Amino acid sequence: MIVRKPNRFCLVKLALLSDIHSNVQAFDACVDDANARGATQFALLGDFVGYGADPSAIVQRVMAMVEQGAWAIKGNHDDMACHVPAQTTVQSRGEMTAAWTHAQLSASELAFLDALPFTHQDGSLLLVHASADSPERWRYVYDSRGAGASLSAAVTISPDIRYVFGGHVHEQTLYYQGRGQDLLQFMPTPGVPIPVSSHRRWVATIGSVGQPRDGRAEAMYAMFDRDASALTFVRVPYDHSAAAAAIRAAGLPDFFADRLARGE
Amino acid sequence: MKLLEPGATLDGFVVDACIHSGGMAHIYSVHYAASATSGQRDPGFPMAMKVPRMANGDGAENIVGFEVEQQILRSLKGSHVPRFVAAGDLTRVPYLVMEYVQAKPLQHWLDERRETRQPLDPATIARLGEAVARGVHSLHQQNVVHHDLKPANVLIRDDGSAVLLDFGLSYHGHYPDLLAEELRKAIGSPTWMAPEQVVGVRGDPRSDIFAIGVMLYELATGELPFGDPQTDGGLRQRLWMDPPPPRRYRPDLPPWLQEVILRCLAPAAAARYPSAAHLAAELASPEQIRITERSARTKGTSWRVHFKRWIKALGMSYKPSPLPTTQIDEVPIVMVAVPFKDATDATHFSLRTAAQRSLGSRPGARLACVTVISPSETSGTEAAKSEASVHTRYLEMLRHWAQGIDTEKHQLSLHVLESGDVAEALIDYARGNHVNVIVIGAATHGLALQRIVHTVPMKVAMEAPSTVILVKAELPFSALAELRSA
Repeated sequence: MIVRKPNRFCLVKLALLSDIHSNVQAFDACVDDANARGATQFALLGDFVGYGADPSAIVQRVMAMVEQGAWAIKGNHDDMACHVPAQTTVQSRGEMTAAWTHAQLSASELAFLDALPFTHQDGSLLLVHASADSPERWRYVYDSRGAGASLSAAVTISPDIRYVFGGHVHEQTLYYQGRGQDLLQFMPTPGVPIPVSSHRRWVATIGSVGQPRDGRAEAMYAMFDRDASALTFVRVPYDHSAAAAAIRAAGLPDFFADRLARGE
Repeated sequence: MKLLEPGATLDGFVVDACIHSGGMAHIYSVHYAASATSGQRDPGFPMAMKVPRMANGDGAENIVGFEVEQQILRSLKGSHVPRFVAAGDLTRVPYLVMEYVQAKPLQHWLDERRETRQPLDPATIARLGEAVARGVHSLHQQNVVHHDLKPANVLIRDDGSAVLLDFGLSYHGHYPDLLAEELRKAIGSPTWMAPEQVVGVRGDPRSDIFAIGVMLYELATGELPFGDPQTDGGLRQRLWMDPPPPRRYRPDLPPWLQEVILRCLAPAAAARYPSAAHLAAELASPEQIRITERSARTKGTSWRVHFKRWIKALGMSYKPSPLPTTQIDEVPIVMVAVPFKDATDATHFSLRTAAQRSLGSRPGARLACVTVISPSETSGTEAAKSEASVHTRYLEMLRHWAQGIDTEKHQLSLHVLESGDVAEALIDYARGNHVNVIVIGAATHGLALQRIVHTVPMKVAMEAPSTVILVKAELPFSALAELRSA
């Protein structure tokens, strides 16, 4: 794990992108939007591949961004593409595309994905694809309980950790400490900078760039303004019909193309 | 934190004096320290610094209310809140610097009433209530519910407008509610707290309307409608109990004022005014308030009715409420500009159709029918042209125009404005009354002349604070007669 001290003298606007799922159209739209919002640092939270039509193009973009200082961590689909599960009779939707994705990627691209860390810590911030509670087991943070488990595990890594940001569940949700014991769930309004003061602890699932599942087609990502302690959940319209057309052209099941327009 | 002495500095602010010592915080008047490095200049208004009282060793978790206030005050705009200046780091030096508003707290009127034993006249109560409701509506429009309105937190400026203070228990629809917990508890001041707040509902703008009702009740009678309950059971009374009618304490109170107060204090939020703007509109024209049976009551509600409601209230529990702005958007105030000069029947017909369409099919929207007359139409000397008689005549014409509009579903009010500048009068009215939609005729207000002069509808459309619907008139009805004769 790489630990860096936060730079107090530089304005940090961190763009957080997760669950890109080989969707170039959505990824480019989000990166453009983040740059327009003045992003100074990118964090890519895994699941770069799987489901979508352009795994190689995405991994190439991620590799280039990491070269320029972006942080990247591994997601379960990245792991699956590197280590394709043995054929069984019952396949999950992810497994159906894993073998195809594996075949699309070059050896160096696979090596890059396989070498990604499970977590990345930067001062008070911990990034993890799923839950900080055994990151390699890809536990879902769907509710306050799951968020609480992730936060507890993060605090044992370092008591300085205040923010645990991840993806994996394809929905944008913020969990926070109210006056009671357990974490409370908050559904953010896209585009609103939410004050997330650093003396509290926060868990956020930042949503999916390439495969939103909340009934809306717009791509999801988040901007974290560290100096202002404000987290903004963002939605970006993108050309989802082009992404769907690419999936059909690649010969992948129609289901993966159809769901993009419906956001499911 | 211990009391700061005059001359002490904190984060670049110099303390002038302690102006208030409350249970939760000290308030100081402050100014910027003259420093070459700070670069801070005088903001152009006096400043006050609020510093929470904390015992040594208290952590940030003990000042959640202060944190909430910092976040919410920072987000608020407009003239009904003190302007935000700066906030200190909660873990280091918690403080909040804001505009120091020179105005009288509403408590002043209550104290004066107690000292002089002179009841406040209804017009003053209505004026104060309208000012508070307008201030409160401006919060709701920004997705904030105050949740702790009381006479100490409401200031009235010399110009009559209200400024609201103390957002420590407030709710912002776009922010996580730091005061929430899994076991939802009542959050607020018991005397003014709405019934739904008692069962843990946060974020319903109509809770603030209930608190305004409690304040109006006290202004009118000198009594508190539900006393100052100290127990949970006492607090839950308001879930089922109607307060004693104000006229029981003060028989000379006009029925319209009792009507307004009791409607604000209805146990069910849905039975209160649907938005603070509606309440303000009622208080602005008391003579047009629709009076019901409750306006004349002097006896309390029967125990039978209360018993039935008590049984029902046992099952009352927390329900989440939608965003404040979503709630108030459903009950818009629609304003229609009705011209009487050079206006045909067809014009009036089209305007009425458009107004009805804008009110929508759901109940709750309010229609303000406005006509603007020229000052030359009234005269101080001729009896027939006296202001009162001219206004009465126009009100009658407006009443005629409004016939056919469903007044069961929609509250209706009529207004005659006198001004040499029609557009400005309409815009001022819309701005002052939180109007959401302006319906205005295109032709009658001279849209066809647009190329030559800035006509009324264009000026309104450009400067209006709300959506504007320009209504194109139907063919004059006389054209139908021409067709027949052709």
